Amino acid sequence: MTISDADQAWLSAVVANHGRHATRLLQILRDVQDHFRHIPRPVMQLLAEQLGVPLAQVQGVTEFYSFLSTQPQGRYHLQLSDSISDHMLGSRALGTYLCDKLGVADGETRADGRVSFAYTSCSGLCDQGPAGLVNGWWLPKLDRSRIDRISALVEADVPLSQWPQDLFSARDNVRRPGLLLSNPVASGSALKWSLMRGLASTLDEVDKSGLRGRGGAGFQTSWKWRFCFEGPEETAVCPVEKGERMERYVVCNADEGEPGTFKDRVLLNSHAHQVFEGMTLCAGIVGAKQGFLYLRGEYLALRAKLEAVLAERRRLNLLGVGILGREGFDFDIEIHMGAGAYICGEESALIESLEGKRGTPRNRPPYPVTHGYLGRPTVVNNVETFVAAAAIALKGGVWFASHGTEKSKGSKILSICGDCARPGIYEYDFGVSIAQILKDCGAANTFGVQVGGPSGVFIGEQEFERRLGFEDLATGGSFMIFDKTRDVLEIVRNFTHFFAHESCGFCTPCRVGTSLLRNAMDKLCAGHGAAGDLVEIGNLGQFVRAASHCGLGQTAANPLLATLERFPELYQSRLKSISFEPGFDLDGELSTARRMTGRDDAHAHLEQESV
Amino acid sequence: MNIRNTITIDGTPVPFQDGDTIMDAATRAGIYIPHLCHNPEFKPHGSCKLCTVNVNGRNCSACTFPAADGQQVLNSTEELNATRRTITQMLFVEGNHFCPSCEKSGNCQLQGVAYFLNMLDPHFPLFYPERETDSSHPDILLDRDRCILCELCVRASREIDGKNVFGLSGRGIHTHLVVNADSGLLKDTDLTPADKAAQVCPVGAIIVKRHGFETPIGARQFDQQNVSEWSLSWEPAAMGDEHG
Ligand SMILES: Cc1cc2nc3c(=O)[nH]c(=O)nc-3n(C[C@H](O)[C@H](O)[C@H](O)COP(=O)(O)O)c2cc1C
Ligand code: SF4
Ligand code: SF4
Ligand code: FES
Repeated sequence: MTISDADQAWLSAVVANHGRHATRLLQILRDVQDHFRHIPRPVMQLLAEQLGVPLAQVQGVTEFYSFLSTQPQGRYHLQLSDSISDHMLGSRALGTYLCDKLGVADGETRADGRVSFAYTSCSGLCDQGPAGLVNGWWLPKLDRSRIDRISALVEADVPLSQWPQDLFSARDNVRRPGLLLSNPVASGSALKWSLMRGLASTLDEVDKSGLRGRGGAGFQTSWKWRFCFEGPEETAVCPVEKGERMERYVVCNADEGEPGTFKDRVLLNSHAHQVFEGMTLCAGIVGAKQGFLYLRGEYLALRAKLEAVLAERRRLNLLGVGILGREGFDFDIEIHMGAGAYICGEESALIESLEGKRGTPRNRPPYPVTHGYLGRPTVVNNVETFVAAAAIALKGGVWFASHGTEKSKGSKILSICGDCARPGIYEYDFGVSIAQILKDCGAANTFGVQVGGPSGVFIGEQEFERRLGFEDLATGGSFMIFDKTRDVLEIVRNFTHFFAHESCGFCTPCRVGTSLLRNAMDKLCAGHGAAGDLVEIGNLGQFVRAASHCGLGQTAANPLLATLERFPELYQSRLKSISFEPGFDLDGELSTARRMTGRDDAHAHLEQESV
Repeated sequence: MNIRNTITIDGTPVPFQDGDTIMDAATRAGIYIPHLCHNPEFKPHGSCKLCTVNVNGRNCSACTFPAADGQQVLNSTEELNATRRTITQMLFVEGNHFCPSCEKSGNCQLQGVAYFLNMLDPHFPLFYPERETDSSHPDILLDRDRCILCELCVRASREIDGKNVFGLSGRGIHTHLVVNADSGLLKDTDLTPADKAAQVCPVGAIIVKRHGFETPIGARQFDQQNVSEWSLSWEPAAMGDEHG
């Protein structure tokens, strides 16, 4: 393929628009993918030249992210979410229907180049599945009639901008607002109040509130902000000056890649001002001038709206230079899009991705809070953490801390999907029991719940009195419900496929181990497993958990290990035969050798491995 | 240097210098911690995980984890060596390692650690991946079947040769080494046999052509010394270079 003059001019303009910064490589590649429907090799070469990075790096980034491809995709690229909740709603059968209808194969582009199809990891619409994407735009609530309509639009070559809006419109589905969702912060109010009272006392309020990170790890938010403010040890010689000396960054983690999590989608859709208000407060406290919202590629549909909110905040002087008239309080926020990589939710991989690189987790220490974006002190917090911080700034730490439990203050917003009557968003004070949640969302005949998504824990019926909170069941917000008609091994198989697909490949235990786990689950589910395989898969799971570099590998075996421990009988019932009948008689095979050597002692016999 | 800085490794007190990793301190003290992606001439990388040690109860990579006063490090335990053996087996099954026909046999560090860890079989099902061999360069062969993705060639070319000949691409189990040329072929790079990148590969993935059998099998590196003796014979002296 050669690049036309017009396309070259287009590319140069794009690169110039992005300021020729190598940190923008991934953002530029997203534009290129959109324009050419793939990343042509000659474009990689041009980009390498114009950005001053090695071609191998451009290729390395391109081939890391699922949403970028080196082979041309169709002008309409259709994807179906492979999340377990979509599976349970019949997504695989729909996928086959769609492929037949359009004459396209899974993972391929139709010969005329018009349409291509692929399965993708959870698209963040588990409450309105089966869900998909067309050129990155949401397609919720798919069924055969919608597929028929979509196929007709594709065949008639109707531009996406002219497709009926109802095909795209996703709903918030807020079913149970709690502490935060019932007390939204009017834009600017938390900032005004904080500036009046002094930003230092806002940090005190966040401290008093006991707020811990909502992205999963649960680190104390006020400490993180304080560490960032204090900066790296090696520069901490002169406390008075250090606030001034070094750039600092505030990053909002909106990668929300954990299958079954979609509460950040709703917060960004309906409470974006509050998210940005929280970021701005944080920036004021730590002394950051630049912020980033790292938005997962699957949330493309939110982007324009978020840009509009940012523009409005600039107009209201809630962002920009001299925020609310305070001299020296300068801060702005840029949106960076992901491109289909769950690992980029891990904070150090996210920062690598922000820098335009492959999303590989860094070695720690040092931590991002002292050595983050471009090596500078960086706060990375979850969307919900910033929402809570803004509310705390306005209403005070005591207000927040009077909810929840001893070690888990405040509330948690849950994304509930799977087997229940009312999937959607539920907010509870920490300490709520699983049984209560199941009752509220109309779950019946429940077998188990995957709390915290595939990287969390699977609990069964006997544990429904357990409670949400860091002291018992911690969660980033995913809550997937499975009733008694479901096949636990198929669920685990789905999760092991997810992790194998999303492993970044940096470290050996996870790169190889997650693929071995996936293959072992395939074997078990296909009915080819023997008792030895169960021992083996358990050991392998423990190994991957203990030896992996980052949280992805360390949690990849959780679904397997949790269910193997709780329901060993379900695994055993899938073995080829419980009393193993070997295909041939090992000892019998040795009889010729025994005759020839004239031996018949104990060592000349082989005991059949009994299982 | 602060002389109070001391950690223990398997109960033995080991001094360390400011800025040392656990691997640095161990190497200086003549203690071998198995490793593959680490080479003291380069910045720590931390990807192979062979150097996994236990620090105050937690698993860490010795090659990247900073030494700190009072750390109790476990290194040569049966459990850790079992972990390392599993990692080595994974590296073997992930690629295509036909040792008897490999020029590097006997000089290969992957083999070396496999012997050291008493690895007797690959244990896991083999992946038999399809990987491209690049024999386009007149003097250098790139056999990706044997690549363990340690990025030493990537780092050597970038940091020492100043050429950026190699890079990693792909994701997960599809991660692979790529060559920085329009054609993607080694012949179109300025790599020479004298480059550090051409010499640093711990396995037989990058090989200088026509020198493979100069030393007969039986008289090669790990025929004479085991990998721990070999490492300790040169690494302590090489350590200065990296802290430039
Ligand atoms: C594989 C992996 C994926 C993650 N994905 C997310 C994510 O999508 N969103 C998020 O906020 N945190 C995610 N995290 C946690 C982040 O690393 C980090 O702890 C978090 O963003 C910190 O914010 P918090 O303190 O507000 O929770 C992920 C961690 C791992 C290991
Ligand atoms: S654990 Fe997995 S995702 Fe994390 S660094 Fe290792 S390979 Fe990458
Ligand atoms: S070619 Fe050799 S040095 Fe380069 S990554 Fe592969 S194993 Fe490491
Ligand atoms: S030697 Fe430490 S991770 Fe490879």
